[in-house]
Amino acid sequence: MSCWQTVQDYGLRSIGIGERLLPKENFTLCEHFTLIGSGMIWNIYFGVLALITGFFFATALAVAKGSPNPWLRKPAEWFIFLFRGSPLFIQFFFAYFLFLSLKGVHPIFDPFTAAWLGALIVLFLNTAAYTGEIFYGALRSIPKGDIEAADAYGMTGWPRFRRIIWPTMLRLAWPAYTNEAIFLFHATTLVYFSGFPAWRQKGDALYYANYFADKTFNPFVPYPILAAYFILFTLVIVGVFGLVNRHLNRHLPAERRTKIRVRPNLIR
Amino acid sequence: MFSYCSDPETLGTLQWFSCYLTTGVHMSFYTAFLKVLLLLAVTAPVALGFGFAGAMAARSRIAPLRWFGKAYIALVRGVPDIAFFLFFVIALDQAFEWTRHKILCPDWDQPIRQGADFLVCDQAKLPLGSSPQWVHESYGFSLAVITFAIVFGAFAANVLYGGMRAVPRGQIETAEAFGMTHHQAFWRILVPQMWVYALPGLSNLWMVLIKATPLLFLLGIEDIVYWARELGGTKTPKFTSYPHGDWRMWYFLFLLVFYLAFTRVSEVALERIMGKLTHGQATSGGEAQRKAVT
Repeated sequence: MSCWQTVQDYGLRSIGIGERLLPKENFTLCEHFTLIGSGMIWNIYFGVLALITGFFFATALAVAKGSPNPWLRKPAEWFIFLFRGSPLFIQFFFAYFLFLSLKGVHPIFDPFTAAWLGALIVLFLNTAAYTGEIFYGALRSIPKGDIEAADAYGMTGWPRFRRIIWPTMLRLAWPAYTNEAIFLFHATTLVYFSGFPAWRQKGDALYYANYFADKTFNPFVPYPILAAYFILFTLVIVGVFGLVNRHLNRHLPAERRTKIRVRPNLIR
Repeated sequence: MFSYCSDPETLGTLQWFSCYLTTGVHMSFYTAFLKVLLLLAVTAPVALGFGFAGAMAARSRIAPLRWFGKAYIALVRGVPDIAFFLFFVIALDQAFEWTRHKILCPDWDQPIRQGADFLVCDQAKLPLGSSPQWVHESYGFSLAVITFAIVFGAFAANVLYGGMRAVPRGQIETAEAFGMTHHQAFWRILVPQMWVYALPGLSNLWMVLIKATPLLFLLGIEDIVYWARELGGTKTPKFTSYPHGDWRMWYFLFLLVFYLAFTRVSEVALERIMGKLTHGQATSGGEAQRKAVT
């Protein structure tokens, strides 16, 4: 069987298109690359959607945590503490079994026990908490002069937030946010190892890498392939976030621009 | 455990729970918490050692060693940590068995990898097929410790490397001016001073390490996640004298609370240590402390 044929059969296997049965024996290198790459669809799906939705919630959380009103501040503080203080792995398990019990109460919770929705919600809440903390830190380090200048121009409320505070916050938070994005992307590999079932063997990249390693008892082929895919996508994230960073810093003289240093020392 | 537990069906709620929560399997569940603490206690220093070695390698003057150190740091951090966990558990096991096989059975002529099998001679098996259960368990546990140490060693190496670079250049230059060798300047000047710069990163790493402990489950250890799944599952009267529905949600809620408490306590303790260490230091933290007193 040619490699192109394999790509046609298994290229979209992780979303249920193509050959139904996974290869059973005599795995070729092509099958390794195709199936693990096919699983990456799920990692990208979880990563991108959680990042986009989490971004907006995180902004709200950061503003709430910085608010003088305790009715806004306390819930935000507790939310961030809850999701940053506990392991994502346990959060996945708890959410899965919670949804499983809710399913017994009402069938409306049916899709929540599937990974595409249930795990996405957990990832969304989790990344919102981590990002919220990053944004909160940035919010507190906005130069005092910027806000005073906005006041002097007579800006208040929403326009002041939208045009002065928010862009500055993003600019200051962006390097740390890049690291968070990378780690969120890495954390998506936990989904299919934490209760959420891979229905009809539709799993993510690590699920298929693990499948190959279990079947061949040889970890030296599938995991390096997985690693290569992840390093590639990490570079893509760094590139895209770097472009945004350049946009956010475009008004500053070149030497004052904050550089993104990829120093991820935060994982879950 | 208690004398009245012989017939659980007749008990009231409170007594029922006092019996249920002290059954033999629950004791295994509680011991699993000790396993987590043991893993942390063993892994943290080992990972720090790996990290120190990695950081030293990364700033070595010998080029291949420096490349190795930098590649180690970059590679482990660029790939999801669970991929490493799943990889190393098998890879380390096979590496050990392969080495023993080469030493113990030199005249074995069949290939080791036969299709989906990994065949070594009987003497090279780890642990030996005849060894008692606890040897198997502790072998699995030590594989887990080594795996954790390799992964977190890379993170620690990154932090320590940054700490070493943060020590003001003038300190080393002064040491050289006093005629210290490279070796002496490193051990007597750089190493004692780097900790205060490395501590924020290291305490962050400690929190991350705590939050990574449930991944033991993926390494095939009977840890708290394993027991929570086992104990929480629906139990019918046929198999146990304590039948109940699906309680896995509550068991995981308990784990969630356990981890929240654990990270919170660590946070407070680390803040205190940092306060002690910055005392009298010429950093902004130390300056703030000085101003707060006067």
